[in-house]
Amino acid sequence: MNDVLLEIKNLKTSFRIKDDYYAAVDDVSLNVRKNEVLAIVGESGSGKSAFAFSIMGLHTRAKIEGEINYKGNNLVNANANYMKQLRGSEMGMIFQDALSALNPLMVVGAQIDEAIFLHNPKISKSLRKKQVINLLNQVGIPRPEKTYYQYPHELSGGMRQRIVIAMAISNQPELLIADEPTTALDVTIQSQILDLIKELKDTIHAGIILITHDLGVVAEMADRVAVMYAGQIVEIADIYTLMENPQHPYTRSLLNSIPTLAEVKSDLHVIQGVVPSLQNLPRTGCRFASRIPWIKDSAHEASPELHEISHGHFVRCTCYKDFYFPEKSEEERNYVAN
Amino acid sequence: MWKLIVRRTLITIPQIIVLSLLVFILAQAMPGDALTGLIDPSIDPATIEAMRERLGLNNPWYVQYIDWIKGVMQGDFGQSFRFKMPVSDLIGARMINTLWLSLATLILTYLIAIPLGIISGRFNDTWLDRVITGYTYIGFAAPLFIFALVMLFIFGFQLGWFPTSGSVTPGTTPGTLEYFISKVNHLLLPALSMALITTVSTVQYLRSEIIDTKQKDFIVTARAKGASESRVYNRHVLRNSLLPIAAFFGYEITGLIGGTIFIENIFGYPGMGELFLSSISLRDYSVMTALVLLFGLAAIIGALLSDIILSLVDPRIRIK
Repeated sequence: MNDVLLEIKNLKTSFRIKDDYYAAVDDVSLNVRKNEVLAIVGESGSGKSAFAFSIMGLHTRAKIEGEINYKGNNLVNANANYMKQLRGSEMGMIFQDALSALNPLMVVGAQIDEAIFLHNPKISKSLRKKQVINLLNQVGIPRPEKTYYQYPHELSGGMRQRIVIAMAISNQPELLIADEPTTALDVTIQSQILDLIKELKDTIHAGIILITHDLGVVAEMADRVAVMYAGQIVEIADIYTLMENPQHPYTRSLLNSIPTLAEVKSDLHVIQGVVPSLQNLPRTGCRFASRIPWIKDSAHEASPELHEISHGHFVRCTCYKDFYFPEKSEEERNYVAN
Repeated sequence: MWKLIVRRTLITIPQIIVLSLLVFILAQAMPGDALTGLIDPSIDPATIEAMRERLGLNNPWYVQYIDWIKGVMQGDFGQSFRFKMPVSDLIGARMINTLWLSLATLILTYLIAIPLGIISGRFNDTWLDRVITGYTYIGFAAPLFIFALVMLFIFGFQLGWFPTSGSVTPGTTPGTLEYFISKVNHLLLPALSMALITTVSTVQYLRSEIIDTKQKDFIVTARAKGASESRVYNRHVLRNSLLPIAAFFGYEITGLIGGTIFIENIFGYPGMGELFLSSISLRDYSVMTALVLLFGLAAIIGALLSDIILSLVDPRIRIK
């Protein structure tokens, strides 16, 4: 495969809590190809954002191990100057909360201008301004000349997210990381922003890592999906395989939690419990075991590995073979109904 | 924005009226009047009473207030009982001295606070930060008048680097360079003593603002754009952190008033603060009243400045 843009091998990102390091991203290996949308799905706290920040080298106090190979260079603990050059030019990032991601004291035009200036300091001010206006047009801002001089608080949530996107694509990045780009927006704006990202994907031909917990977004956008749980990838497959034939209990539980119009359910499936915190995470055995207690212990592997069950479809642990959804007891049904 | 500034300025008018009323009522509440202690006791009480009537001291308080405020607006604060000269002449020269002292203190305060706050905030929890926060704790704990005495003792008396009292060497002619240098020399020690203590709150404030700002999402955005660390700090962290410091500026002026009262007395510096304390101990009422009014006015102007500065630097406050 020579169209691989980014090759990640055994990435481990650990944070220090008191005197010990705890891995938030634990032994993640995957490839990002050119011109594809790779979705990373998981609950809050599953390590998705920590993973994205590791690629960009944006963690200030984390221990990062493993390899992130980009154009023949390993980005893990790479030279700070080299990372500075990559960030914002070859790698762009779209943030979740556009209001807090923009500097409240700078007009938005100047903030996009800065992104261009940092990588092309020789371009004249007037030319940069033209480029900013073009970018604003490209992301669908109605009156770019006026918006250029507005402050973030003067814009709506959707407009702000467009500004953040304009900033991320200002230097035609080859890799675009979108960290929950639609989470903070309401539904109609969400679909507009998703359409915009799709459109951009076709024009800038970047590899896109889309981080989300919204499987609806995944179904609409992704080419491939990696499901993350407690810092590990538990299943990875192309979008059709994953939607048609999900295997890992976590993936199946997530998909089962989505309400559909086609089928009338009296109650929604809820995954028991929460993602364990970093310090309380079991480091041996199947990490999902505690949330499917009705599955017998012998179904899990002692040290779960990713198994390729069909071409390009990997599943961690063997418990998927024995997994079933529990029948709800009468008591639980009543509880939900009330 | 101009609208906001004009509106904010208009608010000071009722503030000033209330201030002048309070000052006047407080002065009235003090026992005795202008004639009680001034007059030879052998004079016939009927004459004194006639004099009271003639001076308007028997008028109702609001009539007296209006008489007084009319005078104040023309710069007439009455006569000093101690110096036998108009209060305005008495305060005039001292006000200039106090203004210079305050200005020097303000400049030194920020010269100390901004670099220390930036270092402490940017490199928080390093030994450098611990040294700086240690200094701020000492500054908070040390009373200004004790600290000033220690400074005076060490640098004025022991080392002899600075003059120990006055505002200028006697005999120098105003307007010459020598006069100016002598002025600055007299200012430096009191201003530095005050600045070293008053600056600690600004250092701490700036430190916590920077620590707060550098964890904000837009700082991550700036890094993700490819900005260098120094650019991140100079362009993004600093401007956002200086905002509340700028807003604090006006209140710094209020704080200075209290400071100058102590400092001028300890350093024998002929300013308003020194005049204020000696007027209290000698019951020089007309001088006291005038000074309280001026101090109050300075506080009101300080608050006004704070709000105007904030509206200039923070786009979120500008009202359309």
